[in-house]
Amino acid sequence: MRVVVVGAGPAGMAAARTAADAGAEVVMVDSEPDAGGQYLRGRARFSHTGVTHLRNTEVWMVEGNTLHLRGPSDRRGESRENEAPSAVAAAPCAATATPSAAAATPSAVAATPSAVPATPSAVPATPSAVTATPSAAAATPSAVPANPRLLHFDALVVATGAYDRPLPFPGWDGPGVITAGAAQALAKQGVTLAERVIVAGTGPFLLPVATALQDLGATLVGVYEASSPTRWLREAKAITANRHKIGELAGYRKVLPRLETRTAVIAKHGDRVTVAKLDSQWRPVSHRTVQADLVCIGYGFLPRTDLLPDASRTDDFYDVDEHQRTSIEHVYAAGEVTGIGGADLAEAEGVIAGAAAAGQEPPRKAVEAVRKGRLFAQALARAHAVQPGWRTWPAPDTTVCRCEKVRLEDLADASSMRELKLTSRVAMGRCQGRICARNAAELTGVPFDGQRRVIAVPIPLGELAALPEEK
Amino acid sequence: MQPDVVVMGAGIIGAACAQALRARGLRVVVLDRHGPASGTSAAGEGNVLVSDKEPGPELELARASRDLWPELAEDAEWEEKGGLVVATTPEAVVPLQTFAAKQRAAGIDACEITTADALTCEPHLSPDITAAVHYLQDAQLNPVKATRALLRGIEVRRTEVSTTDGRGVTTPDGVISCGAVVNATGPWARNFGVNVLPRRGVVLVTTPIPGTIRHKVYDADYVGAVASGDADLQTSGVVESTQAGTVLIGSSRQRKGFDDTIESRVLKALALKAIALFPMLTNVPVMRAYGGFRPYAPDHLPIIGEDPRTPGLWHATGHEGAGVGLAPATGRLLAQLLTGETPLVDPHPFRVDRPEVMV
Ligand SMILES: Cc1cc2nc3c(=O)[nH]c(=O)nc-3n(C[C@H](O)[C@H](O)[C@H](O)COP(=O)(O)OP(=O)(O)OC[C@H]3O[C@@H](n4cnc5c(N)ncnc54)[C@H](O)[C@@H]3O)c2cc1C
Ligand SMILES: Cc1cc2nc3c(=O)[nH]c(=O)nc-3n(C[C@H](O)[C@H](O)[C@H](O)COP(=O)(O)OP(=O)(O)OC[C@H]3O[C@@H](n4cnc5c(N)ncnc54)[C@H](O)[C@@H]3O)c2cc1C
Repeated sequence: MRVVVVGAGPAGMAAARTAADAGAEVVMVDSEPDAGGQYLRGRARFSHTGVTHLRNTEVWMVEGNTLHLRGPSDRRGESRENEAPSAVAAAPCAATATPSAAAATPSAVAATPSAVPATPSAVPATPSAVTATPSAAAATPSAVPANPRLLHFDALVVATGAYDRPLPFPGWDGPGVITAGAAQALAKQGVTLAERVIVAGTGPFLLPVATALQDLGATLVGVYEASSPTRWLREAKAITANRHKIGELAGYRKVLPRLETRTAVIAKHGDRVTVAKLDSQWRPVSHRTVQADLVCIGYGFLPRTDLLPDASRTDDFYDVDEHQRTSIEHVYAAGEVTGIGGADLAEAEGVIAGAAAAGQEPPRKAVEAVRKGRLFAQALARAHAVQPGWRTWPAPDTTVCRCEKVRLEDLADASSMRELKLTSRVAMGRCQGRICARNAAELTGVPFDGQRRVIAVPIPLGELAALPEEK
Repeated sequence: MQPDVVVMGAGIIGAACAQALRARGLRVVVLDRHGPASGTSAAGEGNVLVSDKEPGPELELARASRDLWPELAEDAEWEEKGGLVVATTPEAVVPLQTFAAKQRAAGIDACEITTADALTCEPHLSPDITAAVHYLQDAQLNPVKATRALLRGIEVRRTEVSTTDGRGVTTPDGVISCGAVVNATGPWARNFGVNVLPRRGVVLVTTPIPGTIRHKVYDADYVGAVASGDADLQTSGVVESTQAGTVLIGSSRQRKGFDDTIESRVLKALALKAIALFPMLTNVPVMRAYGGFRPYAPDHLPIIGEDPRTPGLWHATGHEGAGVGLAPATGRLLAQLLTGETPLVDPHPFRVDRPEVMV
């Protein structure tokens, strides 16, 4: 039986290993040249008997029990223009930390000239990346060709992770503002982003980003957490079950002195950044001006759930049962596509999904880790929930949707997401609302519905025309 | 106060009916379970076409509509862009020219132009085309904005109708009594007694390439696909830009109930046909694919009139792939029939009492 895993982050790698150990033929597909996903990229050396790793390969559609893939040779002729979306913070692929896209995006470039040189890893298709890793290929005399366009599965694990969410404020779409995830990815490549940086948003993931930037020699102007730490005092149960998380904080002690809570960046004009103190609803109560070259923002995460438009979702995250099964037969989901709780929860979910996909009972240890991890994830969601006061940050002429240049004042009254999109063009551009749809919904009060996107990544017509014919 | 007329469905047809009724001084309330333009009308490409219709009652309705749209389509991206219909094989030349000649005889502006002239007005068109006809009257609008424009000043309530007897409608919020009811529920109209079925259509949307494609351009085989009753997948090349610069690519026709999964074979067929018309599209990325359900009657004519079985219940539906184009004349015709005015076109072909329509 063949188990296909989409995503090679902590969740996907764990699912692939577990399913292979259970005897399945496993193919792990990821759009990046290296395994590791958002957090471990560059540090994970993935190689596992029974797993074929298809690198640089995007899954753009799931149809029945077949995946449609785009490999490196499909993308070879593609011009940069087609590949890089116009702006960093709006660009899902920058947010997911693809080094190539992040380095090619204009505002990162504008932030510091030193960000310009493309590292070798930014070259789209390195020859060695074209085929599966030799070791994996040797281990499995697998039937998977080097660059397949169709891949059948008996069971599928979707572990495609999440993007970080920006909130719009005057100047967020200008130079020198990027998502925290993009910043982290660039930092991992050793790219010096700017002299004076701010990390702003909500959630514990701001700290590792700030640490990485500081380690690169940036001057950390501030780490601004919009929520109040006292919210965590209500979460005793989650904290006791996840004591090790407190330990992790120690690793970030160098940036803790720069941490200010109930604080946010609410405007940036050139290097003048307006920093506000917030009330509990995130409405600004006072503000001051500081100087910074780069602001990295992350207000929680938006899951990448495009591949299964028909799967049941809550708040856009896939609904899964205790075996990580989605509402679609033979399809499992693991990691941040089901909820945000850190890399260890993602990994434990991956173990369960991999076991279940290969037809085995999940190991007890992983089940226990997921139980505890979910307590933490739920506490995290409560303590760092985006509060409605942010809606006072943008001005009437502040861009809400970067792809289509839709301003706050362009958002008309509407009763549904679809009507809002078709009357204002918000979420109709290249990012297809992956970044802005949620913000637009909150700004207008239109109910946010999980967006149905059939095509997970833009794909040239010529490739659609050349799709292999199914027997 | 009790409304004179309740319109069920706030798609472009319900909106046009409500607008025309209100213009005649009637008190109208529109009900939609998901809000204005939440059904098929948001899936359409927004073409207002005369070019694809054979001389006959539908073409008459389309011409009347074409004359009414400009003043109704305020703030709805109305654009008189014209249509270019091309033949792509030697065999298709004569049928296209014969079709255009018949339309000219019926008063349509259908100019045969040379393939060289076609390439001048559409520089990226394939040089392999074999014939071209330019339709000056074809236009385009944004159907969601147009629906909203028609509904301006009219009360729209978000609720679902379960039943109607022509003198009132039942909703979860209670019964609304009224003088007459209009069934404008599009592909769902069968729930209220007329034989309307969904015919699936899929559209591809590219990333913006402003200014590249100027007209609505389509392959002459489109007309055959529109008129066909075949359940199997049919596709033909239909390509045009929107004001935002994206290119919309259709068109597919398929009968498979309300199944909305998008199949790769449909994407492939659409892409092949679009590239045959515009080879430069090969490298242009598609960023979205979406679909909708055209409301069709088995005899392919709209249904406009009172239901002889249920006095007070009026139908305005079954517009298939042309509801945007046909909306204003449909609304006006319905309102004229309901108030006893002289109708702007012969209503007989659209009557409810047709063997294939009554269920
Ligand atoms: C800024 C930031 C800092 C963080 N810091 C920490 C931390 O300090 N500690 C911690 O525990 N967690 C941290 N996290 C969270 C951590 O990144 C996640 O918990 C973890 O990466 C989630 O794993 P995952 O496997 O679900 O998804 P990911 O790691 O996001 O992996 C998903 C993979 O799927 C691939 N993919 C997506 N779609 C497709 C497709 N269509 N085709 C092919 N491939 C696809 C992506 O390229 C990616 O490689 C941080 C996150 C961010 C954004
Ligand atoms: C892909 C595609 C492309 C198209 N392109 C074009 C084009 O270019 N030009 C053109 O002229 N036409 C085009 N069409 C056809 C056009 O979109 C339709 O003919 C038209 O939208 C039909 O409008 P309608 O108001 O009858 O139906 P709808 O827009 O579907 O409206 C019906 C409404 O009724 C509501 N409703 C249903 N049941 C109930 C109930 N019980 N209670 C309350 N409310 C209810 C629904 O929510 C819906 O909003 C296209 C169609 C498709 C699918």
